[in-house]
Amino acid sequence: MITPLLYALVSGFKSTDQLSANTFGLPSPWVVHNYTSILQDSAFWRALGSSTLIAVGTTALTVAVAALAAFALARFAFRGREFLFTLFTVGLMFPFAVAILPLFVLLRTFGLLDNPWGVILPQAAFGLPMTIVILRNFFREIPGELEEAATLDGCSAFGFFWRILLPMARPALGTVSVLAVVTSWNNFLLPLLVFSEPTWWTIPVGVQQFQGQYSADTARVFAYLVLSMVPALAFYAVAERQLIGGITLGATKG
Amino acid sequence: MTSSLRTDDPRPAVRTEPPGGQEGNRRPLARRARDWLTAFLFTVPGLLLFAVFVIVPILYAGYVSLFNWGGFGSPSDFVGLDNFSRLFQDPVFLGDLWRGLLLVLLSLGLQLPFALAMAVLLNQKLRGRAVYRMLFFAPYVLSEVITGVLFSMIFAPDSGLADKVLGSVGLDGAGGLWFSGQNTVMATLFLVMTWKYFGFHMMLYLAGLQGVPPELTEAARIDGANAWQRFRHVTLPLLGPTLRMSVFLSVIGAIQLFDLVWVATQGGPDHHSETMAVTMFQFGFKRYQMGYASAISLVMFLISLVFALFYQRYVLRRDTEGALTTMRGAR
Repeated sequence: MITPLLYALVSGFKSTDQLSANTFGLPSPWVVHNYTSILQDSAFWRALGSSTLIAVGTTALTVAVAALAAFALARFAFRGREFLFTLFTVGLMFPFAVAILPLFVLLRTFGLLDNPWGVILPQAAFGLPMTIVILRNFFREIPGELEEAATLDGCSAFGFFWRILLPMARPALGTVSVLAVVTSWNNFLLPLLVFSEPTWWTIPVGVQQFQGQYSADTARVFAYLVLSMVPALAFYAVAERQLIGGITLGATKG
Repeated sequence: MTSSLRTDDPRPAVRTEPPGGQEGNRRPLARRARDWLTAFLFTVPGLLLFAVFVIVPILYAGYVSLFNWGGFGSPSDFVGLDNFSRLFQDPVFLGDLWRGLLLVLLSLGLQLPFALAMAVLLNQKLRGRAVYRMLFFAPYVLSEVITGVLFSMIFAPDSGLADKVLGSVGLDGAGGLWFSGQNTVMATLFLVMTWKYFGFHMMLYLAGLQGVPPELTEAARIDGANAWQRFRHVTLPLLGPTLRMSVFLSVIGAIQLFDLVWVATQGGPDHHSETMAVTMFQFGFKRYQMGYASAISLVMFLISLVFALFYQRYVLRRDTEGALTTMRGAR
């Protein structure tokens, strides 16, 4: 299970000649150049920054918009509510790839190609269904008495939402945020299509391009791969509880 | 699911909220109107985003699929259902369907049982259990692109790790073409998919197993049931909702598989690992046949939708409130 990862890590310290002559052993000498050259490469840091910005933007937008909708869907009785909820849940079944083509045409029309919003907005839209489902469940469990008390104290609906519900829902918000970050971080198809210029390439696009560019220099590609894994694995180590909680709670797509 | 649409129904569409609130007594009209407005304002941003970037594109794909369109200007060459009839005569697309089915069958027949076995094993009081869970789950966090690139190097013929390992145990030449062989590429892909996703399913099962009360298996043990019988008649039925959910995700995942294939093989050699999504991408963004590519997306959409509706209706129905709330008890 872990072998491929360790193999990549160690291989990154070899030269490509060493790699074919000595596949299994430890590197001798250890070549740090593969790693250092990537760490000195501004393209790598740019991809990292771009991935981060897009993940943060997507997450903030998804969670904000979904929390508002989930609040209305959980705590108001209005005509058409279940229809709306069903509409959102049907969104759970749409494979992202299905919409990619018309989405591309749409983004072109809006002039959102080569623009981070061109990735953030669709990702947020596709992230809504699951986020709404999880948050709605959570919001429903908060006792109605609390809302009545707040209303009696002169709290508006938004005041209740903002000052009482959201702070109480912090664990659920954490969970959906972590899921949104991971999904955005790993998205490949959309950034691949939206960003034709390297300026905004995210990590997955960067990895693919790097492999294409340095396909002969296997050791270097290994080093790039390892460095690309670091942020995701670090994030996983920190947010493991929320991530697994979120997955077992909401059962994500894919 | 459409009952709330009946406009002649005088009652609110659902039970009144908040729970324990005004249940029973009718609310004054003004209050209802205000509630409706508030709810509307809360929902509108989400609805707008969802409509523009999810619903409109899917409808638009349906429209474009009726045209012969290169992707520039507006579609004008109306061809009706020609794209679809061409689709179902295209050996590559028919192959996509077959390969999709193959991946589904392999996932359900091999990957999920394996994940279940590991979950049962890890659910025992095992030394270092937390570490195993971390390790098995780690690949799920890595993107399919990283996974694909990593394994395309590991399975590189002759020079890759896989062939070197075989060579070092005296199986020179037993190493294969892996991703570059027409007969081996799907098996190799499946191997990589398993590496990446089985930990995810295992984690779902582990969560489900936490919900199996130990008293039940204990009672069965006292009644003389052996380990297999306890698993088969106590654990497995209680794991039902989790299993059904994991099967659902597995199938939907196989239908839309793209990243991994694109990075590892681009659908090759000679279309032998193409999936529907890859074919769609080829036609849409490499050959600029947007109409034909849209027809493929639409078929993907319909397959997912029919499967999902059927599954919801006949399989998930027995689990409390439908697909997405089934895991709540497992928290």
